[in-house]
Amino acid sequence: MNEVCFKNLDKKKCYSLKVYEQSGGYSIWRKILKGELTPEEIIDELKASGLRGRGGAGFPTGLKWSFMPRNASMQKYVVCNSDEGEPGTCKDRDILRYNPHAVIEGMAIGGFVMNASVGYNYIRGEFMEPFKRFEGALKEVYKAGLLGKNIGASGVSFDLHTHLGAGAYICGEETALLESIEGKKGQPRFKPPFPANVGLFGQPTTINNTESFASVPEILSQGGQWFADIGVENSGGCKLFSVTGHVQKPSNFEVPMGIPFKDLLEMAGGIKKGRKLKAVIPGGSSTPVLTAEVAMEMTMDYDGIEKAGSMLGAGSVIVMDDSTCMVATLTRLAHFYYDESCGQCTPCREGTGWLYRVLKRIMDGDGKADDIDLLLGVSDKIMGNTICALGDAAAMPVESFLRNFRPEFEYYIKHGKSMVKG
Amino acid sequence: MISNQAKKQIDVWVAKYPIGRQSSAVMEALKIVQAENENRLSADIIQAVADYLDMPSIAAQEVATFYENYNHKSVGKHTIRICHNISCMLNGADDLVKYLEKKLGVKTGKVTKNGLVNVKKVECLGACVGAPMFQIGEQYYENLTKQKIDEIVDNLK
Repeated sequence: MNEVCFKNLDKKKCYSLKVYEQSGGYSIWRKILKGELTPEEIIDELKASGLRGRGGAGFPTGLKWSFMPRNASMQKYVVCNSDEGEPGTCKDRDILRYNPHAVIEGMAIGGFVMNASVGYNYIRGEFMEPFKRFEGALKEVYKAGLLGKNIGASGVSFDLHTHLGAGAYICGEETALLESIEGKKGQPRFKPPFPANVGLFGQPTTINNTESFASVPEILSQGGQWFADIGVENSGGCKLFSVTGHVQKPSNFEVPMGIPFKDLLEMAGGIKKGRKLKAVIPGGSSTPVLTAEVAMEMTMDYDGIEKAGSMLGAGSVIVMDDSTCMVATLTRLAHFYYDESCGQCTPCREGTGWLYRVLKRIMDGDGKADDIDLLLGVSDKIMGNTICALGDAAAMPVESFLRNFRPEFEYYIKHGKSMVKG
Repeated sequence: MISNQAKKQIDVWVAKYPIGRQSSAVMEALKIVQAENENRLSADIIQAVADYLDMPSIAAQEVATFYENYNHKSVGKHTIRICHNISCMLNGADDLVKYLEKKLGVKTGKVTKNGLVNVKKVECLGACVGAPMFQIGEQYYENLTKQKIDEIVDNLK
């Protein structure tokens, strides 16, 4: 446990340059500055490690980095996505607070591999404590002469800046995030062109999640195979899981991929006293909900969770006990997507409003017999019909809540109240 | 319209972006001037920011109305931004919203008579392991209880 991003968590001032360097930090970056590592070697190690994007999409990081036209002469950028805002997700906040240097080193390495001399870390506007921690860490590395132009006459340049968000979940979508850095509304772009060709300020850009970047230095220090062996087939390494909801000890756990869900639940102290597990959302609010029976048999890796009928997402495990009203829970989630839809695509802009209003009417006791079909119809019309994944993210919970807990919705519509006594 | 001190702060952000891309700093510029104007924006202030960053007024207005962190109506000296999304909801956030409304004598969205506080329900603030939680200013307050809320809110000046 806690072998990569949380490696120094138990040490005093674990966020300082001193502690980071004492545990081997910046050794890979120093090797690069001495000319001892090539971009190809780094990409090979990352591919061997099995590291997949930790923000939710799970795209192999090494492969992503290889897509950048590194030999093209134009300005290129690396961008870190620290716009953490998916309900249930709170791991990047802790990485920024407790291990900012791993993010900085990971981004610098990425800059070298992709021949991008400038990076931006997009931190959500509410994260002022993590922002200040990260800024403090940046000051330390600049003072130590590890960032800048032609660093130590190595011929390598890398400048890193922060950009703060201002409260919009959609900016976690990578092209909306780029729009936002450009000082615009965070509305996702059409793809193609993909950011690797036309990204920030129209230049080739690669965007990775905070946890992905923070994992890179340790992977390169210990070797890709070492990381791969921590996890399981197709899901290399360890992963941060945020276990929240009805558990005794909610926390972030960095554990090997493939750990059984029931072990993770036990690490979080189990379900609150006198209660029974009812449902689990394994990867953040956008991923389908699972029943207790299915969840208890599931392993926490990309394939294991997919087999159970959901997705690993950002590793945000939301646990619900038998006091949970699924109608109220889905209504809250529907409100979230209604609130956060950027308004660009009609199916999402209108559909999320329909989903929320129909659920609200059920909650108000005014549900109609065909409302369940209406909800399914609306979510089906959003699914796959929008520029970005927010539409799908709004639709998937609806379909899975209704499939797994349909009697609760029927009861609510018929009786005008919840069948669950909280 | 924009103080010299605010201009200095804005310039720090402008310097982060390529030359000619100063409008990238608009999000922070709006926050900086908002903080100097009783935590709210007006059409004049948005215009002033647009002028300072040499960008079209409509582009600054789009940003000011798209993102949640900008206020266009009066708010209290302190805004209590309480998360009501799933992990906080499962841990009693709805009760705490009601408790805050009763304690302060105002509904969410309204400002207390003395202008000190308003309560706003917000979506996930990314501190779910510390649910239920709220934010006042830059500070997060986690694992809230009614007693803890009393201590925090009673000390707001």
